[in-house]
Amino acid sequence: MSTPILEVNDLKKHFPIRGGFFGGTTGHVYAVDGVSFSIQKGETLSLVGESGCGKSTVGKAILKLFDITAGQVVLDGQRIDDMAYGSLRPMRRRMQVVFQDPFSSLNPRMRVRDILAEPIRNFGLAKDGTDLDRRIAELMDRVRLPRDAVNRWPHEFSGGQRQRICIARALAGEPDLIICDEAVSALDVSVKAQIVNLLQDLQKELGLAMLFISHDLAIVEHMTHRVAVMYLGKIVEVAPKRSLFAAPKHPYTEALLSAVPVPEPGAARERIILKGDVPSPIRPPPGCRFHTRCPYAFDRCRKDEPELRQTEDGHFAACHLHDLPDAQNPLAGARGAAVIAH
Amino acid sequence: MALLEVENLQTHFRAQDGVNRAVDGVTFHVNAGETVAIVGESGCGKSVTAMSILRLIPEPPGKIAGSIRFNGRDLLKLSDKEMRSIRGNEISMIFQEPMTSLNPVLTVGKQIGETLRLHQGMSAAQAEARAVEMLKLVGIPEPQRRVKEYPHQLSGGMRQRVMIAIALACNPKLLIADEPTTALDVTIQAQILDLMRDLKRTVGAAIVIITHDLGVVAEVAERVIVMYAGRKVEEASVGKLFRTPRHPYTQGLLGSMPKLGSSLTGDETRLQEIPGLVPSLKRKLDGCVFASRCPYTTDLCRAVAPALEEKDDGHVAACHYAPKEAVAA
Repeated sequence: MSTPILEVNDLKKHFPIRGGFFGGTTGHVYAVDGVSFSIQKGETLSLVGESGCGKSTVGKAILKLFDITAGQVVLDGQRIDDMAYGSLRPMRRRMQVVFQDPFSSLNPRMRVRDILAEPIRNFGLAKDGTDLDRRIAELMDRVRLPRDAVNRWPHEFSGGQRQRICIARALAGEPDLIICDEAVSALDVSVKAQIVNLLQDLQKELGLAMLFISHDLAIVEHMTHRVAVMYLGKIVEVAPKRSLFAAPKHPYTEALLSAVPVPEPGAARERIILKGDVPSPIRPPPGCRFHTRCPYAFDRCRKDEPELRQTEDGHFAACHLHDLPDAQNPLAGARGAAVIAH
Repeated sequence: MALLEVENLQTHFRAQDGVNRAVDGVTFHVNAGETVAIVGESGCGKSVTAMSILRLIPEPPGKIAGSIRFNGRDLLKLSDKEMRSIRGNEISMIFQEPMTSLNPVLTVGKQIGETLRLHQGMSAAQAEARAVEMLKLVGIPEPQRRVKEYPHQLSGGMRQRVMIAIALACNPKLLIADEPTTALDVTIQAQILDLMRDLKRTVGAAIVIITHDLGVVAEVAERVIVMYAGRKVEEASVGKLFRTPRHPYTQGLLGSMPKLGSSLTGDETRLQEIPGLVPSLKRKLDGCVFASRCPYTTDLCRAVAPALEEKDDGHVAACHYAPKEAVAA
C-alpha cells in the first residue's frame, strides 16, 4: 500500500484542570487517550461519537491548533506534531478545515474576495493579480456560487451559501486533506443535502482525502469509506462502512445504530436503549470504558482494558466479547440488519 | 370536539422594513391523548405556532390573530390572569435547551414544586414529596437526593427529564414539546423519546411535538403537520405521510435525508436537493409558497395559492397538482 496521507499514532491530549488553593493542576481531562488511525489519499474516514468523546479534539490536534500530550501525527510521511512553527507552515497548506458554524467562522468585515484571497496570498500561490482573480473565480465555480458574489459580505448569504464559502476557503490552499468538523450539522435538512452532495463531488473531482467528524450516522454512512467510532477518548471500533453497518463488532456501535431514529414509521427493529450517561473524561472508568453502560459487560470488562484487535479483514474492535466462543458472543453474527433494518 | 382547535392562526411581527408573516393562516386540531408532530425547517413558523398557543409572543412587536380554542375556550380572548392559570397547568411546554430553561440558582425540587404550589396550592412539604414522585416517574435514579440538587449537577439528558417532570407535574391535558431532543446525543435522545412514549401511556396527555427531524416524527407521532414558510402545506397520518407524501416539499424533504442502512441495501443514490432558498416572509406572496423551489411549478402555481385539499382520507395537501384519490365520503 502507498504511504497514507495522514497517520495518527497513539495520539493523546490531556487538558490540565487548574484550581485549588495555589491554582495548581488538580487533575486532567483525558479528552483523547491513545488514538491511532490512518487515511489514504482520496479516502474519507469518518470519526463518529457523542459529544465529549474527543472527536473534535482529534481534528484540532491533527491541525496542530494546540500541542499534543503524546503520540505522533504524520502527514504524507513527515512527522508534523513536533515541527517548528516556521517549517510547519507549508505543511498547514496541505490540510484545511471546515467548521460547524458557518456564521462564526467567516469574518463579517471581509468581503468574500478577501476571505478567499487570504490563504492564496498567505501560501504564495498566485503569481500576480490576474492569477489571483482567476483562482478566486475558479473556487467560486467549484462550490457552485455565482462569480459576481465575490464582492458581497458574509451576512448577505444564507447558512448553506456561507458553508460553501468556508469550503471554497479550505480549497484555496489546494490541500490534500480536508477535516470537516460537523460541517453539515448546523444546516437544515434540504441544505444539508446540497452540501453533502457538493463535498462528495469535490472529493471525486480533486481526489481529496477527508476526515469527516460527525455525530450523524446516516450522513456518515452516505459519505464515507471507513468509519471510526469513538467513546470517551478512545476508538472502540474501526471498519469499512459496509462491514460496520452490517455487523457492528462493538456493543457501543450497536447501541448507537439502534438509537438513530429512522424516518420509517413502524419499522421493525431491535432497540437497545443504553442506560445512564457517558462517564466523565476526568475519571474514566477502569477496564473497558464502556462497561458502565454496556448491556453485555462481564467481570473481565471491569478490570482489563480491551485492545483494538482485528475481528475480520479490516474490521477492528476493542471488546472482550470476541474472546468468547461464538455461541456466547452476542455480536458474532450480522447485527446491523436487526438494529437498523426497516 | 377536539381538545385544541387552531383556526386561521396568523402571527405577524412588525419589523423596521415591513411585516414578518411568521405564521400565515394555519389551521389544525389536536384530539385528547393524541400525538401530533409539526415538522419543518428553521424559519417555517413551527416554534412561533407553539408559542402563539401559549400566548408567549410579546405583543407588540408580535400580533396574533385567528382563534385558538382549547377545551372550547378561545385562548386569545382570555385575560392575562386566566391565561396564567392555564400555562403550566392545563397546557405546558418543554423547550429545546434544558440548560437555559432551568433556573441555575434553584434546586430542581423547588422548580418542580413551583408549579404545584402555584396551581394546586400545595404546601412546600407536599410539593417536595410530589417532586420526588415526578423525578421517579421520569426515570431519574435516587430521586430523594436529586431533588435537592441544582441543574449544573445534572447531565443534559437528566436536565431534559427534569423539564419533562416540571411540565407534567400538574397533569396537563396538552404538552407542547419544542425540539425536545435536538440538543441531546443520539443515545440520550433514544432514552427521552422512549420516556415520552411511556409517559403518554401512563399520563394520557395529548402531545404536540415540534421538530425538524423526520426520524423523530416517525418514532413518536400519530399525525404529522408539515409547515413551510409560515403555512401548513400537508397533513396526514404518520404512515400515509411517509409512504405517500403528496406535497412536493414533503417529497423533497424525505428525499434529501440519507437513510440509515443505505450501504446494506445498495441504495446509495445521490441525495435529492431542494434547490434555492425559503422565500422571504416579509413579502406577501400571491402564489404557492413553494413555487420558487418546486420542480413541478407552472404559471398557475405562481399566480394562485393552492388551497388545502383533502387528497385521500385524512390526508390534506396544499398543491394544485398533487394526485387525488377517491375520498371516502
